[in-house]
Amino acid sequence: MNPELQGRTLPPTDPYLVGREKVREFAHAVLATNDIHLDVDAARAAGHADLVAPTTFPVVVQEKTLAQLLAEPDAGIDFSRVVHGNQRFTYTRAVVAGDELTAQLTVSSIKTLGPHSMVTADTVITDASGDHVVTAISTLVVRGDE
Amino acid sequence: MSTAASAPPAAELTVGDVVAERQVTFTRDTLVRYAGASGDFNPIHYRDDVAASVDLPGVIAHGMLTMGVAVQPVVDWLGDPARVTDYQVKFTRPVVVDPQSGADVTIAAKVGAVDVEAQTARIDLTVSFDSATVLGKAQVAVDLR
Repeated sequence: MNPELQGRTLPPTDPYLVGREKVREFAHAVLATNDIHLDVDAARAAGHADLVAPTTFPVVVQEKTLAQLLAEPDAGIDFSRVVHGNQRFTYTRAVVAGDELTAQLTVSSIKTLGPHSMVTADTVITDASGDHVVTAISTLVVRGDE
Repeated sequence: MSTAASAPPAAELTVGDVVAERQVTFTRDTLVRYAGASGDFNPIHYRDDVAASVDLPGVIAHGMLTMGVAVQPVVDWLGDPARVTDYQVKFTRPVVVDPQSGADVTIAAKVGAVDVEAQTARIDLTVSFDSATVLGKAQVAVDLR
C-alpha cells in the first residue's frame, strides 16, 4: 500500500437521499424490530422528523467513499486481500428518512504490521445544511504474502 | 421524547448489569437480504466455491451484518435508536453460516460504565458463535437523558 495516502482527503460524494423504504429494508436486514425504524407515527411520537435509520445504516453511504479509496490509481490496495478490521460510528444526531447526506473520506492512518498493512479511513457524513451527522471510521487490513 | 420511549434511568444502572440478551439465527437468506440492503455483494457471503477459493471454512456472514444485529437488543432496551451516540467493534472471528442449519449467534449486553451526572453509559456487547466471541471491544455509548 502506498504510504503517501496518509492524510489524503478525497472529493465529497454526490448527495445520498435517505428513503423511507430503504430505512425499512435495512432495518429488516439487521433484524431491527423497534417501531421507530419502521412506523412513521411511532417515530414522530418520539420526536423525530421521520423514520430513524438503524445505527449501522451510515455504512451504505460510507461504502461509496471506501470504493473511491480502493479506486485511487496510486493506492495499491488489492481488494481481494482486504479484511474489515474495525468499524466505528460517532454520531452528532441520528440519520432520518429525508436526509440528504454527503460523505467525505480522509485517510487518517497507514500502518504496516509484518507483511500486512492497515489503513484507517474517517468518513465524515454531513446533511444538506452542511451540519455533521455521523463519522464512520473503518480500519481495513490488507493481507500481504506470508 | 415521548412517554412511549422513556430512557432507562442512569442512576439505576450498575456496572456489570446485563441489560439485554438475545439469540439470533443467521441463515443464507439473512446474508442475501443483508447483501441487497447494504449493497455489499462480496460473493464470500453467498457462494461456497468462492469462500473455499480464499481458504474460508465456508460462506461467512458480513461483519457489518453481525455488527448491525448485535446492537438491536440495546436499541430495544433504550426504547429509541437515537439514544446511541457511538458504536464501535473489532471483527475478530468469522461467523460461518451453514447452508442448512445456519449459524446461531448469541448477544449479551452489559453495563460497562455509567456517568450518572451526564446521564450517559457505555454498554459492552459479548457476541458469540460456536462458543467463541466474534467481536472484540464492542462498545455502545448511550445517552439516557
